[in-house]
Amino acid sequence: MVQQKLQVTLLTGRTIEQGVGKEAGKATQGYFESTTMAYMDICDMKKLGIKNQTNILVTTPNGSVVLRAVKYPRGAMPGMIYIPYGPWANSIVSNETTSIGMPSFRGTPAEVEPAPDKPVLTLKELLMKQFGK
Amino acid sequence: MSIVKSVTCPVCGCLCDDIELTIEDGKVTQIKNGCAMCESKFLNYMTEHRTKTPLIRKDGKLVPVSYEEAIHKSAEILANASYPILYGWSSTDCEAQRVGVELAEEVGGVLDNTAVVCHGPSILGVQEVGIPTATLGQIRHRADLIIYWGCDPWSAHPRHLERYTSFTDGRFEASEWKSYLNKVKASVGMKKRSSVARRRGLYCESAETVSDNKPPETLNMPTHTVCVNNNPATMNKECVRTCTQGRKLIVVDVRKTMTANAADYFIQVKPGKDYEIMQAIRALVKEEELDVDEVGGVSVEYLEELVDVMINCQFGVIFFGMGLTQSAGKFRNVEDAISLIRDLNMRTKFVIIPMRGHFNVTGANTVFTWQSGYPYAIDFSLGYPKYNPGETTVVDILLRKESDAALVIASDPVSNFPRKAAEHLVKTPLIVIDPHMNVTAMVGDVVFPSSIVGIEKAGTAYRMDHVPLPLKKVVEPPEGFLSDEEILQRILEEVRRIKSQEKKGAN
Repeated sequence: MVQQKLQVTLLTGRTIEQGVGKEAGKATQGYFESTTMAYMDICDMKKLGIKNQTNILVTTPNGSVVLRAVKYPRGAMPGMIYIPYGPWANSIVSNETTSIGMPSFRGTPAEVEPAPDKPVLTLKELLMKQFGK
Repeated sequence: MSIVKSVTCPVCGCLCDDIELTIEDGKVTQIKNGCAMCESKFLNYMTEHRTKTPLIRKDGKLVPVSYEEAIHKSAEILANASYPILYGWSSTDCEAQRVGVELAEEVGGVLDNTAVVCHGPSILGVQEVGIPTATLGQIRHRADLIIYWGCDPWSAHPRHLERYTSFTDGRFEASEWKSYLNKVKASVGMKKRSSVARRRGLYCESAETVSDNKPPETLNMPTHTVCVNNNPATMNKECVRTCTQGRKLIVVDVRKTMTANAADYFIQVKPGKDYEIMQAIRALVKEEELDVDEVGGVSVEYLEELVDVMINCQFGVIFFGMGLTQSAGKFRNVEDAISLIRDLNMRTKFVIIPMRGHFNVTGANTVFTWQSGYPYAIDFSLGYPKYNPGETTVVDILLRKESDAALVIASDPVSNFPRKAAEHLVKTPLIVIDPHMNVTAMVGDVVFPSSIVGIEKAGTAYRMDHVPLPLKKVVEPPEGFLSDEEILQRILEEVRRIKSQEKKGAN
């Protein structure tokens, strides 16, 4: 049965595409493509009734962001969503530093829902929305 | 056309120093030996994303100005601020970092670097229990058990395996590259067979399941056979040839990464359960019995086999990454990992190394410690260095909205900080020094272009194992461009001039 929303654990981190993109330039298409996606487990995608490359809305207590869901190509990661580091991932990560200065970039709860009609914001749109600049 | 050999790559903490560059008409045109990120940096350093001139925000827009005007404006901001932040430092050379410490002290600001959102917890863990470590050269030549815990070097440090661990030929340990290729070929063959079977309707592939964490039978094979050749000249080669099983590679992570694909054994742990698993391993190393069947999603039976491999190796190493420092437990995970190494050293030889990200983040911690006594999060507002992570760390200061100006150099916190922290950074006057128009520069108030360290400026950087390496200047910077060090030095001089004038005025 298709679910409207799915509770997952949010993980953020590096991918080689994100690494290549950041060295080429933060305004490049390569960086945009590599940081506006979210790896999901194929079973979780089926639960939500979404296909590869469908837009999803990821929500945490710190905000929400539209990203492309991409099937994780290596093995299973049920109940997890992996977003490469970047302005999109960091608009929803937890700012809880547990009194040592390090925000909780991994392991915080998030909610995922299909958003096929919502667009992924460009970098300029995201900055304008967040900071008005 | 000229070829420059032995160039140090200014991208990640591996600092590969075997890069060969072909220079034509003052530009890098070809790269040899580099990884994808290295090629991306050397081939794209002069694209349209390079900042061409200093910029100051006027009426909401960044407009071109001279270096003098930008330096004066920056000095004014810093001299008039009561609690400025000076953040970044990890993608520049030690020479610029040294001036940065002087500037932070002069303006009474908080000096912090990207370790705070990276391996800061590792530093805290090391401060708790110390660290038994080694250089990457030692590991390359001697380590017969490599463990990557919570890190994916294939993605973040692409040549780490090739240069320092499993896929390199050391003096006493052979490369496992060929056996990896054979494994890949076998896996491709398996996929083809299943694809044919599926097409013929003979086999229905089910969805991939989570790793069962069962160790392969080959894991416990002896790493070395007895070396029968006593001739010192050929002994090492003979030893390598008589090995039944060479270096072993184990990956521990919450998901199957590219590195895990190359591993002899992949252990999939549940998110946030690293601390528990490490405690269980420590108990097993001390030959204690566990009264549970499973820890963190891994069967105790399999953990026992893992511990056997760890104890029976001759030289083991754990490389760890953000999987430990950014997950629940943070610095306690690292402290636990180091304590595990201490326990293992009662049985065999083991070391541990953090997988540092930026090419000179280790240098920043080293220079800051050498100059102030502390590695990061140093508060100079009282006139002397004060260090209290959680209070003087930049993310906490921003979340408490305490800072009133910021200088960001060689990093991109607006991309990498949680939104709430970035919001306050953007609200206060923001000075950005970076060769490229990164996200922080896009929302900055004063933006300096600088020459690129390791391409257009020579300098010094520290590899992840604390080995300092020289960075080369291979091409000339664009005409009139200043280096990070020169920009900081001139801002410092201008701050001192403004302060002395203010003192004269007050008198």
